[in-house]
Amino acid sequence: MEVNILSTGVANVASVVAAFKRLNCKTKLISDAHAVTESPFLVLPGVGSFQSGMASLVDKGLVDALRVRISDGRPTLAICLGLQLLAEASEESPGVRGLSCIASTLTAFPNTVASPQFGWNWLSNENAPVLGDGGYVYYANSYRMTECPDGWGSGWTEYGGPFVGCLQKGAVVACQFHPELSGEYGSTILANWLNDERRATC
Amino acid sequence: MLTSRVIPCLDVRNGRVVKGVQFQGLRDAGCPVEAAARYASEGADELVMLDVSATLEERGATEDTIERIRAVLDIPLTVGGGVKSVSDARRLLNAGADKVAVNSAAVLNPKLVTELQCAFGRQCTVVAVDAVGRDGWWEVVTRSGTTATGLDVIRWLSEVESLGAGEILLTSWDRDGTRDGYDGPLLAAASEATLLPIIASGGADSATHMADALLAGASAVLAASIFHDGDATVRQVKTDLSEKGITVRLC
Repeated sequence: MEVNILSTGVANVASVVAAFKRLNCKTKLISDAHAVTESPFLVLPGVGSFQSGMASLVDKGLVDALRVRISDGRPTLAICLGLQLLAEASEESPGVRGLSCIASTLTAFPNTVASPQFGWNWLSNENAPVLGDGGYVYYANSYRMTECPDGWGSGWTEYGGPFVGCLQKGAVVACQFHPELSGEYGSTILANWLNDERRATC
Repeated sequence: MLTSRVIPCLDVRNGRVVKGVQFQGLRDAGCPVEAAARYASEGADELVMLDVSATLEERGATEDTIERIRAVLDIPLTVGGGVKSVSDARRLLNAGADKVAVNSAAVLNPKLVTELQCAFGRQCTVVAVDAVGRDGWWEVVTRSGTTATGLDVIRWLSEVESLGAGEILLTSWDRDGTRDGYDGPLLAAASEATLLPIIASGGADSATHMADALLAGASAVLAASIFHDGDATVRQVKTDLSEKGITVRLC
């Protein structure tokens, strides 16, 4: 199985590459629109700010290819900032338009909890088949989505109130946590995403 | 809620795990890749690898060691030791580190913390601080404890928070390798001074010590000797912590 990882030069992708290699996948780093369209499995990783993440997608001319791929429901996994970029906007970068695949805006954690959220927190599965029974996952984030968009399955975590840990619509999966750093459970989620039957439309 | 993290630390020199007391008298403690895989399978929440190479030649092995650890490691990896610039950090990240820790170089050049934050994000930027107890305060020491800086640890923590650090690895030089327990008053003062997560380091001998450090305000506890010497496994320690009412990830 070949997994292509969108590498815009900003995010560190070594851990994502290693995680898929452990699942016996071939991995390739890609950064052009043609590859975004053609990849059998595509990972949209991402660390950094909402603004810098969108700027690199715009610079490389990837916005339309990603939007089409996701609306077609082709196998795509968005990680951390990757999930956030699917939304319309974020409090982090006012005025910056996201990929807008999801009708949602990210907000900061309330000041009742330390931000960023660093570490392992419990993810409970509401109705996202890739998540199985739920488990502990590793987070490093300051912004989060607090409502599940229509038509998506979801998993939830508590930190200053409930927030969206994961979204799934068929073969499109978006994780606010880092499945590549979430131990055996994270690896199971990646394997489920690669497996047609396990990610059956919810 | 977020769990308290247990973090084994590998001090690595020339591709081998070593361990000393108060940073001196290093002895061999095994293969870093085997140790990393074992700790992860026992339920370690993260791994810290500190490069304690004495020479540039030894340091040349570091990226290779990181690559080999990354291949087997499915939890976050922080790497520190000798990081002086954004390009040093980038090399470690490209080899497979998830976070980079800076220590002496940040004291000499505090702007480095901001540069790292801008280049890689706060979540990637760990500031390691070595503290020595003085009469009523703690002093930052650098270069493996050999250089006193005159800096007050508590003030330095506030400064690195505003400079862009995402996490603090706070080592009590007095306790390092002694197994006398973490420096509780240091951890309490530090967690009062900053909102950043603090990884307690130096002096761990038991789950009781770890629970004390977590109750004093640390978000995570780091240990080396007790795990390397096989006196305790990560799984045992986490089970003990759970029985003491601390929320940990059991797996």
